[in-house]
Amino acid sequence: MSDDYQHLVREDRVHTSLYVDPKIFEAEMTQIFSNTWVWVAHASEIPDAGSFKMSHVGLQPVIVTRGNDGRVHVLLNRCRHRAGSVCEERRGKASVFVCRYHGWSYDITGKLRGVPHGAGYDESFDKNDYPLVSLRVEEYAGLIFATFRNDIQPLDEYLGRAKPWIDLFMKQGAGFGVKVAGTQRFRFRGNWKIQLENTTDAYHFPIVHRSFLTSLDDETEDQFDILRQGGWVEELGNGHSVMVMMPNLVDLEANLDAPIPERFAPLADELAKEHPPEAVRRIVRAVGGTGFNINLFPNVACSMAFFRVLRPVSVDETEISHIAIAMDGGPEAANRARLRLHEHFQGPMGFGSPDDAEGWERVQRGAAAGPDLWIMLNRGKPRDVSAETGMRAAYQMWKRMMAP
Amino acid sequence: MNAVTKVTPQRDIGLQEAIEFIWTEADLLDAQDYDAWLALWTKDGHYIIPIERAAVDHAAHLNIVYDDQAMRAARVKRLASGLSMSASPSARTVRTVSRFRRLESADGTASIRCAQHLVEYKYDRTRTLAADVTYRLLRTSDGLALDQKIVCLINSDEALHGIGYLL
Repeated sequence: MSDDYQHLVREDRVHTSLYVDPKIFEAEMTQIFSNTWVWVAHASEIPDAGSFKMSHVGLQPVIVTRGNDGRVHVLLNRCRHRAGSVCEERRGKASVFVCRYHGWSYDITGKLRGVPHGAGYDESFDKNDYPLVSLRVEEYAGLIFATFRNDIQPLDEYLGRAKPWIDLFMKQGAGFGVKVAGTQRFRFRGNWKIQLENTTDAYHFPIVHRSFLTSLDDETEDQFDILRQGGWVEELGNGHSVMVMMPNLVDLEANLDAPIPERFAPLADELAKEHPPEAVRRIVRAVGGTGFNINLFPNVACSMAFFRVLRPVSVDETEISHIAIAMDGGPEAANRARLRLHEHFQGPMGFGSPDDAEGWERVQRGAAAGPDLWIMLNRGKPRDVSAETGMRAAYQMWKRMMAP
Repeated sequence: MNAVTKVTPQRDIGLQEAIEFIWTEADLLDAQDYDAWLALWTKDGHYIIPIERAAVDHAAHLNIVYDDQAMRAARVKRLASGLSMSASPSARTVRTVSRFRRLESADGTASIRCAQHLVEYKYDRTRTLAADVTYRLLRTSDGLALDQKIVCLINSDEALHGIGYLL
């Protein structure tokens, strides 16, 4: 079986069946999504004891909760009795999750607390035997990951060389810290790996997003001319990669004396009423976000100014979340500016995402033809931002996991 | 072109008059006559498609669309540019607007809530988007103008899809 997958990924190409074969999809859900660290939440989405949000690990619905001791739990959203879901609220606060079918109730850590009409069970029945199934959870810089595997490397090690980039990404908290400020969701009819590739694909940007580029002022349009900024793509191990599109926006705290871009002048003026000049520069810089995308295998990206999360639904359907971030407790005017910038490009009616989604659907439609053809990933001059280096890295990880 | 010269006191906006305006707007959108649509708006008007259905202060939340005049114009330019593959061609749409109710009407403004059923078609797929739509209309010297439109999709906080036209 694993031999079958081995030959589907070469150094510079992957086989079309990776997009279209339901059997491969099924194997991926086990061998990848049930076998490694999968992003489930940002810490700010569950700020307090009792906070929860619904999420997924692969195809499996989970609840991410925060216990009274502050610890994060990731629990399968399935009653241990006869499988009813115990949570159908996207997020909120609770002290208990109740299965509405027969009333079994669980606390926020997943422990089974109540079983109605318990006398119907014999004395061997022990509530301790039936907690919600709990996954291993670890966190880095507010990014919460879960895994079914207790014996794989710690998250810290898994992220490895991606960590310094994540630290740089979080600088857009401008000292306030990063907080989730809303989520846009959409689905497209295509395989999840098409989206995985896209986050490290600078090549498509000036083509697919030409209509976005023409909606910008000249200065910003120049900045988004990403093939001409001297950027690059770097492989970071374990399928992760970073694509630097705007090298001057790698470290948001460097070179803060640079002039404030014209489009942020009104915001800077407004902030100047309540903040000293250095703080204004730091906040305004943070509002624009970073100039790079970190692609973390298999399901999350820290993409310039937001989190991009993919969720495989079926071999030819994928759900995308575009999670906006803001400065936690930062100036309202600055955070509103971030929301408007996010809406401009992202989400189901942004000036960018619908064109991406259309492009990805066309890949899936096209992949119905030529079942023996290959998906070419051989674009790759060194230090070229449009090199397909990040995709090759992701597929080598895919190969490692699918054909060990 | 959207200068609003408001003279008070204004004649109230009747329900029938509002319905005719909204139907015309719906027809312009299905026909993708976007320049005519832009001309319906007041200068300060906002076109909003929220994610949070209960949100009141939409500017403080992340939305699907939160357009002032400049963003509306940019959006229309993009859709009409021929450079956007989700919009050229876009899905075809047919929308029906009904269940009109006048929530408020005074001094030449009216707030109208109604139901919109939109059916879109592209490639081999037909989909429905249903929404409660709330309009704030203003009487101007040139007739009625659109001062706010909030399209509250019934599944606004669920996964949608790439939408290459206007709701």
